[in-house]
Amino acid sequence: MQYKSQAVAKPYFIAAIGLFVGQILFGLIMGLQYVVGDFLFPEIPFNIARMVHTNLLIVWLLFGFMGAAYYMIPEETETELFSPKLALALFWIFLIAGALTIVGYLALPYATLAKLTGNDLLETMGREFLEQPLITKVGIVIVALGFLFNITMTMLKGRKTSISLVLLVGLWGLAIFFLFSFYNPHNLVKDKFYWWWVVHLWVEGVWELILGALLAFVLIKVTGVDREVIEKWLYVIITLALVTGIIGTGHHYYWIGTPQYWQWWGSIFSALEPLPFFAMTVFAFNMVNRRRREHPNKAAVLWALGTGVMAFLGAGVWGFLHTLAPVNYYTHGSQITAAHGHMAFYGAYVMVVLTIISYAMPILRGRAANPEKAQVLEMWSFWLMTIAMVFITLFLTAAGILQVWLQRVSDTPMSFMATQDQISLFFWMREWAGVVFLVGLVIYLLSFFVKGDSRAANA
Amino acid sequence: MSGIFTKSMARNIFYGGTVFFFLLFLALTFDTTKALPKLDNSANLTPKVIAGKKIWETRNCIGCHTLLGEGAYFAPELGNVYKRRGPEFIKAWIQAQPTGAPGRRQMPQFHLTDEELDNLVEFLKYSSEINSANWPPNIEG
Repeated sequence: MQYKSQAVAKPYFIAAIGLFVGQILFGLIMGLQYVVGDFLFPEIPFNIARMVHTNLLIVWLLFGFMGAAYYMIPEETETELFSPKLALALFWIFLIAGALTIVGYLALPYATLAKLTGNDLLETMGREFLEQPLITKVGIVIVALGFLFNITMTMLKGRKTSISLVLLVGLWGLAIFFLFSFYNPHNLVKDKFYWWWVVHLWVEGVWELILGALLAFVLIKVTGVDREVIEKWLYVIITLALVTGIIGTGHHYYWIGTPQYWQWWGSIFSALEPLPFFAMTVFAFNMVNRRRREHPNKAAVLWALGTGVMAFLGAGVWGFLHTLAPVNYYTHGSQITAAHGHMAFYGAYVMVVLTIISYAMPILRGRAANPEKAQVLEMWSFWLMTIAMVFITLFLTAAGILQVWLQRVSDTPMSFMATQDQISLFFWMREWAGVVFLVGLVIYLLSFFVKGDSRAANA
Repeated sequence: MSGIFTKSMARNIFYGGTVFFFLLFLALTFDTTKALPKLDNSANLTPKVIAGKKIWETRNCIGCHTLLGEGAYFAPELGNVYKRRGPEFIKAWIQAQPTGAPGRRQMPQFHLTDEELDNLVEFLKYSSEINSANWPPNIEG
């Protein structure tokens, strides 16, 4: 570790992994509820489990992004963090607020939680992914502002690299677009329209800047390729991401009461959205092929390459699959959407956070790379989780195609629930693939505790 | 990439491209906002509908159902449920939950008052009259 203050990244990464485990456990509960409908009812109804599953995902990715920033920024700017104490204080605030929110979801009826937490003052709850109580949302803003203040002040006093600049723009964008979660007009169409300014402009917008910056940082470190080359690629990738992704928001404006010209804008621009992900894959492989050093951390290289490939498949290919308006007319809000959501989030954001953790965690623990045995285990977990996610996606896609056929294309359309019965085999297979994912995750956790010869520190 | 295409060129294209397309997005948003009153059924946004939307949100209906195709995929689409089932069925159905049928997906009992049920139905009626470009493809949602 080059700078002492980088150490604050460690609790962020540990918390991220801990919440990741929670996310997967609730995913398995929901997966089972798809086929055994009354499982854990009424203790944990599906909507609660889903809220916990998706909110934990968002929160642990945010922990990962913040940990990544605290780790990367001192090294990029060649100066200590502005305030490591603030970083640690915000860590505890965010963790406790997050934990209390999850406890609130599980322990109280949602309507009671809404009443107790001031939803009557400003109604923001009960919208997908933005279910957090008002006080949690305000807490997120405070933590984000404190975090951005800390990172920005660090940057101002140090070297300004393109990677750190792109990361900072992405993180500011994340905070700014989150503010739309406070805007919930009575008009449902406007509500939905601006809801996407958080959701889409995050994951198909500013988060891609964060993703690109994290990947570029790790690639510089593990390949030793010239910074100028990598940063040029980074700019090309994020240009493609925002040029296609901003207007690409239109692919959510086909059927929610917005003008029909969005079918053209959305189809054309979002059809181009795979391009940045394709460039990212080419970039990752190119840089690794042109490497000037053999970094001892093989696992981190694997995660970096995996991010490129899986982000392209999940976000790029599976996104394209249902993004054209005439196709989306049939697939909108079906299991196809769920299939895409799973692989895109895993391939792009889960994997990039695991990449930076894989690279940084050994260094934070005082060694350049983990012992051979630990890396082998970590690479096993990579393959198990990744292949499991491929199968989860394939099974959900199969379920989705059948669902669309039976419920929407057929001359004698079946009802929603009758259709769900017909495709339950695929939901069972998805659940088993989910169990394999959990096995992979357990192996991932174990890889942190494997002892053995490790190479010297100070990478 | 060759030496002719430099990092600062890439950076300038990034900033220029982002600003241009974001401004285009804002322009389209402005145009959409002007066009919405003809499409979004906001003329029927009565106090009852507004109260119904709050019931919809504070019971986290979106955690299982879709509304105009957005939400969770565990339970039926409700954007057109008013047309599919009608007001009386919807109210009776909500009051009868959970069915308790073994192995079947269960909907919680929300203990809504008659007034709350009426408001929720008004919200679903309003939602069903939004111009959704003929989506969903058929009444099953």
